[in-house]
Amino acid sequence: MTSCETVTKDIDIPKATLELSVRNHPGVMSHVCGLFARRAFNVDAIACVPEGDGRQSRIWLMVSDDDRLPQMLRQVEKLEDVLAVVYHGGEHPLFTGLAEYVR
Amino acid sequence: MDLSGAQLLVRLLENQGIETVAGIPGGTALPLYDALAESNRIRHVLARHEQGAGFIAQGMARVTGQVQVCIGTSGPGATNLLTAIADARLDSVPLVCITGQVASGAIGTDAFQEVDTYGLSLPITKHNYLVRDAADLPGVVTDAFRIAASGRPGPVWIDIPKDVQTARVPVCCLPEPAVADRVPPLDSDLLEAAARLIELSDRPVLYLGGGVISSGAAAAVTAFAARIGIPAAMTLMGLGAMPADHPLALGMLGMHGARFTNNILREADLLIAVGARFDDRAIGHAARFCPEASVIHIDIDPSELDKIRTATVGIVGAVKTVIEALGPRVPARRRGKWLLRVAALRETMPLLEPDGDDPASPYGLIRTVADCVGDDAVIVTDVGQHQMRVAQAYPFRRPRQWLTSGGLGTMGFGLPAAIGAALAEPGRKVVCFSGDGSLLMNIQEMATAAEEGVDVKVVLMNNQSLGLVQQQQELFYHRRVFAADFRKSPDFLTIARGFGWHAVDLDREARPRAAIGEALRRRGPVLIHCSVDAAEHVLPMVPPGAALTEMIGG
Repeated sequence: MTSCETVTKDIDIPKATLELSVRNHPGVMSHVCGLFARRAFNVDAIACVPEGDGRQSRIWLMVSDDDRLPQMLRQVEKLEDVLAVVYHGGEHPLFTGLAEYVR
Repeated sequence: MDLSGAQLLVRLLENQGIETVAGIPGGTALPLYDALAESNRIRHVLARHEQGAGFIAQGMARVTGQVQVCIGTSGPGATNLLTAIADARLDSVPLVCITGQVASGAIGTDAFQEVDTYGLSLPITKHNYLVRDAADLPGVVTDAFRIAASGRPGPVWIDIPKDVQTARVPVCCLPEPAVADRVPPLDSDLLEAAARLIELSDRPVLYLGGGVISSGAAAAVTAFAARIGIPAAMTLMGLGAMPADHPLALGMLGMHGARFTNNILREADLLIAVGARFDDRAIGHAARFCPEASVIHIDIDPSELDKIRTATVGIVGAVKTVIEALGPRVPARRRGKWLLRVAALRETMPLLEPDGDDPASPYGLIRTVADCVGDDAVIVTDVGQHQMRVAQAYPFRRPRQWLTSGGLGTMGFGLPAAIGAALAEPGRKVVCFSGDGSLLMNIQEMATAAEEGVDVKVVLMNNQSLGLVQQQQELFYHRRVFAADFRKSPDFLTIARGFGWHAVDLDREARPRAAIGEALRRRGPVLIHCSVDAAEHVLPMVPPGAALTEMIGG
C-alpha cells in the first residue's frame, strides 16, 4: 500500500475523519486506499474493523480538510463497495486512542 | 442442472444478449474457450493481440451504446488488455472484460502467466472482481453488466481463476439480465435556477461533450438549442451531437478548435456544459476559460461537478432527461445582437483547411471521403495530426458516427475499433483515418479484418513521422526534432496486400478522387495510402497551458 501508511507532519492543515461503511471483501481496502493514493491525497491514519456478521466493515480515514476534500468525497461515494460515507470535522477520538500505542 | 463455472459464464453472457465477443485464448482461459465452443449464440472474433480485442469490443460498444465483451488469458493477456480498458474508462465506454487467472491455490506464488490482474485493473476500471467461487458468477456477471451500463458508463473487469471455471455448480435458473440503474429524480429548484440563468443571459453558449452522445440526447439537445437560439460548441467526444451544418453549430472547441469557436466562448456570459468534463485539451488554461461566464453544468456523474470549474448551477442527471425537463421552463428569447456577433466572429476567424481542394492532401482527403460515403458511414480515427484534422473538418451529422480515442489518446485505437464497428453494424461503411505511426501500433489486426471480411477502409496519411510530436518539437522545443521522424518507412501497400487486403496508392494515381471513390465502394478491407508532408502543422493550436484564445496560426 502506498500513502495509506504514510504519516505526514502537515499539522497546520485542519483534519477531518471520514467514516465509511463498506462491503467486506479482500479488495475493498485496495479500492479505498488506491483512490486516495492515485489522486495524490494523503491519508494520515486509517482504521478498519468488521461489523456484525462480517459482511460489512467500517473504515475510518483521517485526512486533510482542505478544499480538495469535497471532490474526494464524491469520488469515494462512487466506489461500488462503499455503501455510506459520514464526514466528521476534526480528529476522531478513535485515532486519539490509537495514538497511545505509538507513544 | 449442473454446469461448470465456464459453461455458466457463457450462459450468463448469452442471457445478457451478447452475440459477439473478441479475444485471444490461453492456458487459464481454456475452460472458458471450451465452453464458448459449445455456444451457438455467441460468435468469437479472434484478435491478433489482446489490445486489439479490447478495441474491437470498444468499437462495438461505441457504435451501439451497448455493453460489449472482450476476453483474454492471464499474465500477458491481461496486461495487453490494460490499454484498451484504460481507454474505455476515460471515454466512458461500457465494457465487460473477462480474463482467466491461475488456479486459486497458485495465486500469489508467481505461477506461470500469473499477474495481479485485480490490482492492475483496479485504477482503470469502474469496478473489478476476482471471482473466488463459481456460485458467485451469476451475481458478479449481472452486477458487472449493470455497473458498466449505469450512470456514466465504463469498463468492468472480471478475473476468473481456472479452477473456478472448471468447478461444477448446480444451476436452477439464470438471473434476469441486468439493466442500468435508474437515475434519481431531478431537483426542480435547480432546474428553475438554471432556466432563470438562461432566460437572463445575453450571450449564452452550449458546450456539448460525449455525455450528450452516450445519453442518447443529441436530438433533444439540438432541439433545445434551436428553440431557444443558443449556439453550441462541441468537444472532441461530443462531435455529432449537433449536425455540423446546423446554423447554431460552432464546431469543436479547444486546442485545435477553430479561432471563432474559442473566441465566441471567450465572450460568453453563460456557459451551459452538457455531458462535458472541462478537460484541459478542451478548455485550455482553466482559470481563463470563459472568464465572463456563469456556468450551468449538467452531468450524470456527481464528481464531475465543481471538479475543474465551480458551477453556478450544477445538475446531476441523465443529460436527455435534464434537457427535456429544462426546455419547457426556458422561454425562447431573440438574441439578435449575440447571434450577429457570433456570425461576425465566424466570418472573420474561420477554420482554414489548406489545400482542401486537393484530394491527395490531408483536408482534401477528408472532404473527398465525406463526399463519397454520406452520413451512414462510421468514421474512426487513430491519434495524431490526422485525428485533429478529421475532428476539425469532417461534417459529422449524427451521434455515434464518430469514434475516436479522446481521453487516453491511444495510438493504435483506430483499426481494431473500426473492425468492431463493422462487426456490430455490418450494413455501414466504416472508414478509419490513420497515420503511419498509429497504424503500426496495431497493424496485426489487419489479419483479423481479412479473416472476418469486414467492410473497413483505412485511409492512411503517411508522413513518415510522429507528426503531432514533431509539430510540438518544432513549435515548443526550438525546432529540435528528435525521435519523431522515421528514418526508414515500411511499404504499407505490400504489408496490406500481404495480409489479404486490397491496397490503393494515391501517390501513383493520376485521378486520386476517382481512385478514392472506387476504393470506398469496393467491399471488404481496403488500404488507401497517401503520402503527406510532415512539415504541415495542424492549426490553429493552443499551446499547452495557455488560454483558448492564445492561438498559434490558422
